[in-house]
Amino acid sequence: MKFWLVALVIVLAAAGVAVSRINEYVFFAAFVVLTYVVLATAWNILGGYAGYVNFGTPAFFGVGAYTAVVLFKWLGAPLAVQIAAGAVMGGLLGFGVGMLTLRLRGIFFAIATVAVIFIMETLMINWRYVGGATGLQLLRPEAMAPFGSYTRMLFLVMTLMAVAAVALARYVQTSWIGRGLRAIRDSEEAAEASGVPTLRLKLVACVLSGALMGAAGAPMPMYLSFIEPASTFSLNYAIGALAAPMIGGTTHWLGPVIGALLLVTIQQIVTVTISSEINVLVVGVLLVAFVVLAPDGILGFFKRWLRASSR
Amino acid sequence: MAESLLKVSGVSKHFGGFTALSDVSLEIAAGERFGLIGPNGSGKTTLINCISGLLRNDAGQIIFNGKQITRLPPYQRTRLGIARSFQVPRPFHTMSVLENLLVPSAYVVHMKDAEGEAKAMEILRSIGLADKAGLYANQLSQVELRKLELARAMAARPKLLISDEAMAGLAGNEVDEVLQILFKLNETGITIIMIEHIMQAVMRFSQRIVCLDAGRIICEGTPASIVQNVEVQKAYLGA
Repeated sequence: MKFWLVALVIVLAAAGVAVSRINEYVFFAAFVVLTYVVLATAWNILGGYAGYVNFGTPAFFGVGAYTAVVLFKWLGAPLAVQIAAGAVMGGLLGFGVGMLTLRLRGIFFAIATVAVIFIMETLMINWRYVGGATGLQLLRPEAMAPFGSYTRMLFLVMTLMAVAAVALARYVQTSWIGRGLRAIRDSEEAAEASGVPTLRLKLVACVLSGALMGAAGAPMPMYLSFIEPASTFSLNYAIGALAAPMIGGTTHWLGPVIGALLLVTIQQIVTVTISSEINVLVVGVLLVAFVVLAPDGILGFFKRWLRASSR
Repeated sequence: MAESLLKVSGVSKHFGGFTALSDVSLEIAAGERFGLIGPNGSGKTTLINCISGLLRNDAGQIIFNGKQITRLPPYQRTRLGIARSFQVPRPFHTMSVLENLLVPSAYVVHMKDAEGEAKAMEILRSIGLADKAGLYANQLSQVELRKLELARAMAARPKLLISDEAMAGLAGNEVDEVLQILFKLNETGITIIMIEHIMQAVMRFSQRIVCLDAGRIICEGTPASIVQNVEVQKAYLGA
């Protein structure tokens, strides 16, 4: 109940801000931050809850983006349809990749997911219809009524998606699925012996995670008015989606949200004030710092601190 | 012998060129206390991994409670009533002792948490872990970890419990404690397979014992007859 109330307040506040006269750049930056909230939350369903480290975020993100481009170019489909289709394609890719790779453990799974990025990127580079290696310029439709610009509308859409993604992750965590995924992370053999259908649960997690990543990628072409394979399948998405939950905490749905808000906001500020090259360094430095000083992320750090102070 | 609960026939398992089990057959009756012994590397754990489904046997059949389970994944076997403890305890270390038991109660018995918690506390009380319910695995002693393994297996409401060296490395009085727990479980009608190196414990516990050596059954019989067996003495003492 409290969760939904907070969610409603966030969405209403975002809507209010979107129609206000605040500088356009804020929305431009906030859209990226929110995209990472979705990506990190999605990553955490498989990577955090089940402990299967997925480096393939850009593949799922890119499939969502290219799905949107195809639908837009072919049918002139509206944004909502692009996002829904992106989610479906991301989920399907999650199912396929999951079937092929989820029997692998640990580092082998991680490596297999990296391969998926290159496969998808190569496919897109060689597909003329979506612009191939040179990319494709897209003409954005007019912004809808109360919004002063298309970016402002995208900001609100991404806020809605972030809230939806977090709600889904929260449901997964607190339901019986979450308990099974935790059991898998702790010991897969013991989980099976305790009646947990490990392969099926991992597939569910992979599909949900892939669908959310696909959805997150769908609005990107409209945001940039452009699509091109190298930046769409950039490893920065893989690192950001993984770093944010590590920094925030992987065991709770709030972790990736805190991590993404903190990390990507800092990155955006650094990009503007110092340089866009240094913003990647920020991820590295923060990641190392957290792994060394607070391996359970910000949430884990506070939990320990609370436990220590209550003694 | 009463109706057999578990029937293993002609089971073989190879790892590359190494034969871990060759043509192993045995039957275990409902309610029986069954001991499985053998020197290190004789295939005891491989055999129970085949029974619980963690490994697939290359040849042979496993029938449980009248059902062919040879090709079933482990979780389905657990749901049919085969539970096991692990030789090296594998607790869910990010969960409390109580939550550990809620995994099988949610996935096998399909109980809601409130109901599952009550049931889990009951099991923990009977096994002597009730006062540790809120603790995490890294706060437990070795004997408590072994008890947690058994308690979690019990939460799946098994018909057959496989105890894989639940007593290895425990002190004398701790061995007695675990042995008492297993006796108590057996009295409630649960069939138990005990794998153990502590001879005094298996001999006291089992009604019937099978001895494996190099993946073959070398003899079968009552505890008294096993200790007299020349093959068993040879397998254990060399000579």
